[in-house]
Formats: sequence, C-alpha cells, structure tokens
Amino acid sequence: MEFEPVIGFETHVELAAKSKVFCDTRAEFGGEPNSYVCEVCLGLPGTLPVLNKTSMELSLKVALALNCDIPEVTEFDRKNYYYPDLPKNYQISQEYRPLGRNGAMTILMPGGREKTVGIHNIHLEEDAGKLVHDVYKGRGVSLVDLNRASTSLLEIVSQPDMRSPEEAEAFMETMRSLLRYLEVSDCKMQEGSLRFELNVSMRPKGQKEFGTKVEVKNVGSVRAVLRALDYEMRRQTEILEDGGRVIQETRLWDDERGETRSMRVKEGAKDYRYFPEPDLPPVHIDREYLETLRKDLPELRDAKRKRFVEEYGLPDYDAGVLAAEKAVADFFEECTRLHNAPKVYSNWIMVYILRELGGEDEKEIADLKITPEHLAQLAQILDSGKINQNIAKKVLNKSLQTGDLPEKIIQEKGLEMVSDSGEIEKFVDEVIVEQAGPVEEYKNGKDNTLNFLVGQVMRKSRGKAQPDTVQELLRKKIRGEQP
Amino acid sequence: MSITADEVRHIALLSRLELSDDEVELYTGHLAEVLKYVEKLKELDVDDVEPTSHAIPMFNVMREDEVMPSLPQEDALENAPDRADPYFRVPKTTE
Amino acid sequence: MTEPYQLTAWEAAQALQNRSLSSSELISSVLRRIGEVEPKVHAFQVVIADKAKEMAKEIDDRRARGDSLHPWAGVPIAVKDNFCLKDAPCTCSSRILENFNPPYHATVVQKMLDAGLIPIGKTNLDEFAMGSSTENSAFGMTRNPWDLDRVPGGSSGGSAASIIADETVLSIGSDTGGSIRQPAAFCSITGMKPTYGRVSRYGLVAFASSLDQIGPMTKDVRDAAGLLQIIAGHDPHDSTSIAQPVPDYLTELTGDVRGLKIGIPKEYSIEGMNPEIEKNWREAALFYEGQGAECVEISLPHTEYAIAVYYMIGTAEASSNLARYDGVVYGRRAEGPFENIVDMYRKSRSEGFGSEVKRRIMLGTYVLSAGYFDAYYRRAQRVRTLIKNDFEAAFKTVDVVLCPATPSPPFKAGEKTDDPLEMYLSDVFTAPLNLAGLPGIVIPGGFSSEGLPIGIQLIGPALSESRLFNVAHRFQMETDIHKRRPTL
Repeated sequence: MEFEPVIGFETHVELAAKSKVFCDTRAEFGGEPNSYVCEVCLGLPGTLPVLNKTSMELSLKVALALNCDIPEVTEFDRKNYYYPDLPKNYQISQEYRPLGRNGAMTILMPGGREKTVGIHNIHLEEDAGKLVHDVYKGRGVSLVDLNRASTSLLEIVSQPDMRSPEEAEAFMETMRSLLRYLEVSDCKMQEGSLRFELNVSMRPKGQKEFGTKVEVKNVGSVRAVLRALDYEMRRQTEILEDGGRVIQETRLWDDERGETRSMRVKEGAKDYRYFPEPDLPPVHIDREYLETLRKDLPELRDAKRKRFVEEYGLPDYDAGVLAAEKAVADFFEECTRLHNAPKVYSNWIMVYILRELGGEDEKEIADLKITPEHLAQLAQILDSGKINQNIAKKVLNKSLQTGDLPEKIIQEKGLEMVSDSGEIEKFVDEVIVEQAGPVEEYKNGKDNTLNFLVGQVMRKSRGKAQPDTVQELLRKKIRGEQP
Repeated sequence: MSITADEVRHIALLSRLELSDDEVELYTGHLAEVLKYVEKLKELDVDDVEPTSHAIPMFNVMREDEVMPSLPQEDALENAPDRADPYFRVPKTTE
Repeated sequence: MTEPYQLTAWEAAQALQNRSLSSSELISSVLRRIGEVEPKVHAFQVVIADKAKEMAKEIDDRRARGDSLHPWAGVPIAVKDNFCLKDAPCTCSSRILENFNPPYHATVVQKMLDAGLIPIGKTNLDEFAMGSSTENSAFGMTRNPWDLDRVPGGSSGGSAASIIADETVLSIGSDTGGSIRQPAAFCSITGMKPTYGRVSRYGLVAFASSLDQIGPMTKDVRDAAGLLQIIAGHDPHDSTSIAQPVPDYLTELTGDVRGLKIGIPKEYSIEGMNPEIEKNWREAALFYEGQGAECVEISLPHTEYAIAVYYMIGTAEASSNLARYDGVVYGRRAEGPFENIVDMYRKSRSEGFGSEVKRRIMLGTYVLSAGYFDAYYRRAQRVRTLIKNDFEAAFKTVDVVLCPATPSPPFKAGEKTDDPLEMYLSDVFTAPLNLAGLPGIVIPGGFSSEGLPIGIQLIGPALSESRLFNVAHRFQMETDIHKRRPTL
C-alpha cells in the first residue's frame, strides 16, 4: 500500500516594528537578557496593553498580499495557558475574529508547475520569551529571558494543501520571499524572526480522508524542516504499515539526532479558554484605508518575474532567479537604469553575486561591497570595447572583494584592451608568420583551427585583444573574407 | 447539570491550584450552589442578542511605533523569588 | 473645637491656602488619630508616616516660597492597597503579594502626587478586591467604626472605614460589583463609581477588566467631586480610557434639582430586603420631590439576572487576570524543592491565595472551559446587553435613577462567611452598574433603628457624573446625615 503525505504549515513571523506589539519597549534581537522589558511585558500587576499601529499595518499588508478576506472589525482574544515564558500566563492573540481569512498563495515548483495553497487565517499576537535549560543544585531548571516577550508575532495558518516535500519547500521559499518583499520582517530563521511549524499526516494514496495530524516544532531552517518532514513521513508510514495508529500530538525535532520526539502530554489538555480581550477595544478596518495599503503594496515576485521576461527579454528561469529576492531584483533594475545591459547583469548576478549571499550568516545583497554603480560602470566599459568578457569577470571578482570601482581596478592593473588596431594587426601578422602550418590548414578549409589562431593572438596581447576583432582580421588576411 | 468533584479537580489543575480532598468537597458544594443559581439565565431567550465585551463602545485605540526606555535590568529582577542574574530561574518545564 | 483630622478636603484646602493650617500639622493630626483608633478599626495595611511627613514639609516649604500649587496640595489621602504606588508595598491583602513592591506608579497615583495629595497609607481590602465585607483580607479584617462587631463592607472596606473614622481626609477605592458603593453605604460615607473608562485603570491591580473602575471615597459630595476632578481623564496607557475631556465638577456643583426626573425602579424592591432600607429609599424620593424634582416609577426588567451575569463575567475575567501570580517574575513562591514547574505553580498559588479567591478563580475557569463557554460565558455576555439596554431605555425618560445601595444594613462579622452565595447577593443593587458601565454615587441616607448606616444610590447615564454630584449634593445641603460620626 502506498501512502502520501498531507502537509500544512503554521508560519510565525516576527514583524519589523521597532517597539513591541502591546507596549513601547524596544523589540530587538540580541540584547542582554531581561534588558528590553517594562512593567507591561513583564506582566506586572495593574499593567495594560496598548496596540502598536505599525504591527497592525504590517499584518494587514500580509493579509492583502495573501488575498485574504479582511473583516470590517477585528478583535483580540486571550489564549489562556501556563508557561514560564508567558508572563501573564495568557497570550493576547486572535481566535474569533482574526484580521485575515480564506486567503491563497501561489507556489512555483521547479519545472514551472504552479499550485495554489490555501491560507486558513492570519492573526496578530504577542510572542513569548525564551527559555534556556540548565541544571541547578542537581535539578533541572529553566532560565527565563523576557526580551522577546510581547514582540509582534504574525501567525499564518495554511490549509493542509501540500502533497510532497517539493511542494513544502516551494511553499516555504515562496512565503519567505513574499514576506521579505513586503518588508514586514527580516525573516532571519537563524534569529528566529521566521519560524515554520510543520503539520503532517499520512494517508493511503487515493483516500479522501486525512490521516492523524502530527505537529512538529523546533525546526530552525528550511533544510531542517525538510529533514523533519522526511523523518515524520517515514515514521508515520512505518506505524501505518504495521497496522498501528498514529497519535495526534506535538513532536519536537532534534536536529542533532535527526529525529522527532514526543513532547510528553502537557498537563491539562489544550483548553485555552479563549475569550475576548477586555483591555483592547476592537479595530475597525476602514475599506478606504485598505485600498491605500493595497495600492502601496510592492510588485510581488511572480508579477515581477513576468515583467522581467517581457521588459528585459530574459528567459523565464533567469527572471525567476532574479525576482526571488526583492533586494536582488531592485539591484538588477537599478543597474539597468544606470546603463542598459540586462542580459549582462543577469548573468553576472546569477553567476557571481548570488553565491555570495545567504549562508550561515544570512548575508544580504546590501551587505556586499558592490553596488549597482559598480556593475553599471563595468557594463559600460565592456560595451565600449575597452575590455572583453574575460577581463570583465576578473574585474567583477576583484570588485566584489575590495569594493573598488571597475575603472579604478582596470587602470591600476592595466587591464585595458589593446584598442590600437595597428598593434592588434601587428600581433595577427606575427602569428600568421609564426604559425604557418595551422594557417595553411585554415586556408584549406579546416574551420576549427581559427580558434587556435585566435588564442595565439590573445596570448601575444596578454588577453587584451578583442577576440571578435582578431577573428575578423585572421579571416580577412588568411581567407580574404570580408566581415 | 451539576458540577462534580472530578470536574473540580480538573478545574483546579487547569488553574494551577492544588486542593486537598476536603477542599475538593467544600468547593464542589460551593460551586454547585452558585451554578445552580446561575441556571436562571437560561430562562431568557438571548439568541438574537449581541454579546457585550466592552461596556462603553470604543474603537481603534492604537499608539505610534515609538521606543521608550526599558526598565533597568535590576528593577525587572528585583521582585523575583529566584534569580540567576540576568535570568529568572524556575524549575524545569515538563517537556 | 475641630481637630484638623475632622476637616473635609475642601475645608482643609481653604485652611492650608490661608495659612491657618500647615500640611505638616494636618498630617500630624491625622497620624495621631490613626494611632488612637487604628487598633480598633484596622483600616490600614500600612501607614506611610515618614514619607507623608516629608511630603508635607515639602509642600509647606513650597507654599511658603509662593510656588503655584494645586488648591488641595498637602491634603492626605488613603489609597486602597490594590493600587501601585512605586516602591511601597502593594499586597492586595493577599499572601501571594505580601512582599511585592511595584516599580511604577498607577496613573491615578501619579495624578494625585502631581496635585500634591499626600498618600498617608495603603488601606485594607478583601483579597484581590473579591468580597463584600473585607473579611477576605489575608491580614485581618477591618471593623465597621459604627459597630466594631460588624463589617465595614467590601472590598474597599479599609478606605471607607478610614474616612468615617477620620483617619484620613480623602480616600480612593475600586469598584467591580459595588466595592466602593457598598462600603460607602455601610460606613456612612460618600462613594462614587464613575463611568467605565472615566478614570484610568493603569496601575490598578486588575480583578475583572471590563468591570473595574476607580473612584473617590470621601466625607461629602464636594470632596468627591474635587477628587474625581484630579484623578479622571484620558490615559494613553489604558486603551479603555475615555477620551472626552473632564468637566469642572466643582464649578458645576450647584445642587439644583428643579425639574429633574428621577426614576424609581420597581424591580429594586426585592423580597427579603430590610424594610428600613425600603423606607429610607421612599423617604429619599419624597425629599427630592420636595426639592422640585419629579419621581416616576420605571422598570429595569432584567435586574434579577444581574448577580448571575456578574458572577459569570467577573470570575471569568478574574481567573485570567490572576493567572500571572505564579512565583516566576514576582510574588510568593512556595518552599521547594519541586518536581517541575507545574508543581511549583500549584503549591505557590494554593499557599498564596485565600479561599474566596480560589473559589472565584475556579468558577471563572469553569465558565470559560471547553464545552461550557457558550452556555455560561457567552450567554452571560448576551444578558449583559439586555441589562445595559434596560438602563438605556430608562434614561430616555428619566435623568437619574434613585435606589438603595444595599439590601441590608451592615451585617455582623462571620454572618455570611459560610455561605458564599449569600455574600454574593449583597451586590444586587450595585453590580448592574458595572455591567452597564454606568456611573453611580452612594451617600449616607439615614440610620436604622439599631443606629446602623443606610445608604442611598443615584445612577446616571454614561458621563453624567456632574449631574449625579448635583443631585447628591442637594441632599447634603439640606440634611446633616453625612456629618454624623461614630464614637470610637
């Protein structure tokens, strides 16, 4: 019997507001523990929440971009449970009237297949603090840091519409790209500002009903999610093949061991006793205001990809790569604005620049020493014929390292092409004399030999001749062909 | 429908209280009495009535996204029953 | 010879301004009085003597220098011990906060300090404001100065007793189902619960967030108006606080009731109510008619459901608001060692909370729990709407409503402690207002044949505090009941 997975995600996004969602304390990653706190986010007696306008606005942008139904009135509710990273022992969240419902996101699979994934709801809530596990006097303890407590958290709940690890990966990539496009979060998974919680169940192929859903938490990167997904699919399949039942539960991914572990059943089943938050009045979402927000939404990835194909004549795949990250797409377009050479930029970015990005420290294009000015200048110099493609690549690499402008590098290293046609002709003539044999072969019709001869001229010129010009001269002089 | 001792034990757990057997019995009696009194609300037909969450209607109360100074770390930790500076320390969670 | 401690705030302010009295003298007088009667009354959790004397001296110096001061600067105020006063204890009369010192001021406390009022102490209350007698205090009850065997009412029993015993000039309390108004009636003082949102709740330890309000507890209506003037107003820290500007209550205080329409709700005449209370109510109605007002019978048909609704919504919100008392960031933690954190939570909370608090937490948790939410909580919220609508309809035809404050005069200590439901029923006339968010004022209405205080209550539409002050003031202009003091 074959089994297929049914996959959904709960995406947690830490919004890029400067202050927390319900108090005006700094919302920043990396501070000394318990130094970005105030009486409100510490949950001291007598304190009250006040909603951050920007957190609401950023959330609505996401709801719009995900094509959600946005209600006239949205409200907050209390989710009641006890945990030491939750100072009030309730989380202000949204249960009954979230700010977005019934949305959809299109994901693109490698190979070009598109799929629509439903978004069940989007809601704004406050994040919890952090726990560090330790031992004290021989007993296990938790150390509590409340810096992160009450920072703005947007939760995006998808429908369980994905049916394969490829679709899951495409979903995560698309979601991350979308959120970065909207500039609502820096989406740094290493820092926890973007977290994916995986929901996966297995069912016999062809069956309509879903199997038992398992939630997997503690996955810190897209790759880890895929590893956890793979593990869970196998684990659940094994159980079902043996005729057993999968337990509905939450499991933690242990990346070191490469397995998921059951969280021992929490005391008191999940009864969150949601009720409307009495300390926060409802929010009326004005339709006109929504329209202004919608108009201000940036052009999103897919629209941009299509436009790049049309406007710049790029192949679909290349356009897709460039459009994947807004910052990269903007960089590319700024280059073309400075000097029109889209195909050149596309090639350079894809081959040389993108490999510098991402990685462990999640490097961004803005972190690089190189700017559109650099590339535009280089393209201009290339177009003028002063250098050739090979030299351009060398200069680009150097520029990436040092941040120096291409002109400076070319001058300092004397990389300019030999433009003096007299000098090139001199080299050509020398080669014709020195390579009599191959010249004879070419004369007699062996076309391939031309490359060899061009190479010899390039050698003499130390790579600074234009290969096209050299080719033309050789053809003319040896075969008498006119360009 | 009257509340049972088992339900009271469950509620005590949900609200992180610990009751002796005597207390369970006592509170079960008290709660049952109150819940019985409250049954009178069922006399009313409220299907078409909107619930009131906020006594005085108010909407869209928000503040600008501005950062104000935090509490000094010492003030934050000052009332803590157990601290391992700069953290609060608690017994382990149950996962 | 009037002792300074016997003065009202209005009188004291005049004396302070014309220099016939210094703030230091006033504070000394009050502290002496506290020394005399506190052993019998136990109104205070803590008396802040040294700081008060310091502040008094500072005010006196500033007055001498000719600094511009609020007219009431230098007057002492007793603050219920569920308000945060920075670096002073805030116990809420609970063991779980026995050693808690808040690092911030409640907004109302800041306003009081800005006006130069001097906190003289934190007063006793029912634990976490849950109760109607102050017997639920973890640190001993407060006694009614009129009869030390009886309760002063609750939960602001300490504040009420401190006023009638002249242990302070002004006081402030909180009211969730009657906690200002019922003790005001039991102790024969003036107490007002303003419109929900009129006074900022920031820094008031929350009991039931959609019901809690803060209000003045004073020797007379004029003082209440002046104190409300100081503490009312919009607060950006409290999302439920009203933006409308605060009127000048003192300037608007004329006591003119001519042409006023007063509603007498027929449902407030309930079975089992003390007949002297009913009589006093009727007499008050006659009084107002004699002053040029017109009394008409009105109906508030859902009155009988108010207590049930109050105990559903109030306890539900309380169960959530009190979840934070867990021994992690602050508050009492039981002695370890603990198996795990759940063990720590359970032991600490069970040790720290009294039985009434536990009872309400459990009731509230039950009402919100899976399977019961719709039947209890949601239903209660809908009936709340009906109660609100009753008042809205009434105020289309009348300007204020006149009714009793309590169904009985102050009862004896211990009389209702075995029967929680009976205790809850003492809120029957006060709780409806918290549900509707409307303002209500209680003033001394008379005394029973046993010499026990009886209060009368006036209710108005939202933001009608000025009107209420006027109607109440009329009564105090023509009668002397509010001037009587117990012999201690």
